[in-house]
Amino acid sequence: MDIFAQQILNGLVLGSVYALVALGYTMVYGILGLINFAHGEVVMIGAMTALAVVSTLLSVFPEMHPFLTILLAGLAAILVCMSLAFFIERLAYRPLRNAPRLAPLITAIGISILLQNIAMIIWGRKYKTVPQLFPTETFELFGASITSVQIFIILISAVLMSGLLVIVHFTKLGRAMRATSESQRVAGLMGINVNKIISVTFMIGAGLAAVAGILIAGNYSVVHYSMGFMLGLKAFTAAVLGGIGNLGGAVLGGLLLGLIESIGAGYIGDLTGGFLGSHYQDVFAFVVLIVVLVFRPTGLMGERVSERA
Amino acid sequence: MSFLEAQSLDVRYGGIRAVRGVDIRVEEGETVALIGANGAGKSSMLNAIAGVLPHTGSVYFNNVDLSYRPVFDRVKRGISMVPEGRGVFGRLTVEENLLMGAYLGNSQQEQDTDLKMMYEFFPRLKERRRQTGGTLSGGEQQMLAIGRALMARPKLLLLDEPSMGLAPIMVEKIFEVIRGVSQTGVTILLVEQNARLALESSQRAYVMESGELSITGESRELLHSPEIRRSYLGGGD
Repeated sequence: MDIFAQQILNGLVLGSVYALVALGYTMVYGILGLINFAHGEVVMIGAMTALAVVSTLLSVFPEMHPFLTILLAGLAAILVCMSLAFFIERLAYRPLRNAPRLAPLITAIGISILLQNIAMIIWGRKYKTVPQLFPTETFELFGASITSVQIFIILISAVLMSGLLVIVHFTKLGRAMRATSESQRVAGLMGINVNKIISVTFMIGAGLAAVAGILIAGNYSVVHYSMGFMLGLKAFTAAVLGGIGNLGGAVLGGLLLGLIESIGAGYIGDLTGGFLGSHYQDVFAFVVLIVVLVFRPTGLMGERVSERA
Repeated sequence: MSFLEAQSLDVRYGGIRAVRGVDIRVEEGETVALIGANGAGKSSMLNAIAGVLPHTGSVYFNNVDLSYRPVFDRVKRGISMVPEGRGVFGRLTVEENLLMGAYLGNSQQEQDTDLKMMYEFFPRLKERRRQTGGTLSGGEQQMLAIGRALMARPKLLLLDEPSMGLAPIMVEKIFEVIRGVSQTGVTILLVEQNARLALESSQRAYVMESGELSITGESRELLHSPEIRRSYLGGGD
């Protein structure tokens, strides 16, 4: 088995999930200038909801086709996460729209803690195992092995990300989103209901987060009320790495971060003569972030356009 | 009731009262100028009518009370504004900027016709339709902003300082466009520091001073009024 190819594959899988979550951060930042630190928890709620639905369906309709089960669970998770994001924005962020920037930021951190605790109360403190709906098949690819779940993760992510880019760049809704992110005042003068566009932006990000949560749950087969925290931080890192506010940047940043982490984790033992192990993989994300910000403070794809008044 | 009627309009910024109980009326088809010194409250007035700034007092348009309606609803009812500083979307292409103007609907067919018309009106914009708005010169951006507002097929066009920051030749060109738009029957309320141009391009004018109306009248007469000449037209001649 080719270890390098294997790490690249693992990195792509991990990176796809980071990218999905990073898109939510970057869209909200682009439109409001707000870092929505509760976004990672939305991912967790998505995973938890899907698991709850799957467990219920398995016990009530044991004969149901696994594909239908996961589809229903996915839809439920997306619906729950979108509504959650809608209400978070409406109740917590909108009243602070004109407040100093620190206020919504602290509110976001507060929401994040609140959601973790609510999840803990509902689903308990223990790690929950995700039942296996499909028999895992393993394929050989360029000397690396890849599971059916991993293939599924890469495909779903690619489809969703392309879909989002198409929406943002080629539809009327997307134009309105881009216009709103440039100037809410002028967007209003075009007849755009700016509040509605902001709500929609939060909801699209949350939909992607729900899917990301399910994909992670499927990949690691375990979920926990605190799973969104580190993931959210990494995805935020990915968004900053790519240039926050830039959709393509979030995808690029997510994939890069996944690759760096995976390759780093695979080789750190050899590089340090066994002194540091692969559990240091989290360090890579943040080292890379610091290095990029030192040399390119706007991120890899951030704001190359010079704007005239 | 007039086409547009603002009654005892008041605009406040924090503790400052920028507009103090101003009444203005605009009849259908008219071009009306709002002139005055820097900080007289002209722009605040316009922004209040557009719904961008919160205000007290009422704004009636086409016999509908718009006082508590949000901006986008006023746009839906036919009020479009070209904001001060143009407000072109720098990262959207010229064509996307124009299409934003037609956001509220008009059929695809109407949009295509309007787009074609704008490109005939402003050939410069056609040449640059795939460039982003941020790469245009100030004059081109002003044309784009006016074209974008016209894409909404407005009944009332609010223009906030269209000559600001433009070269004299470009200012002439922009005002030619404004007169052309007026001839197509669009009602215009124009805020402008360049009082001479504003008076020459309008039928009636209001003069604002420290948040209040000071003088009102026919533009042609105001052009020859000694008081106006002294204060706003650079005196002398």
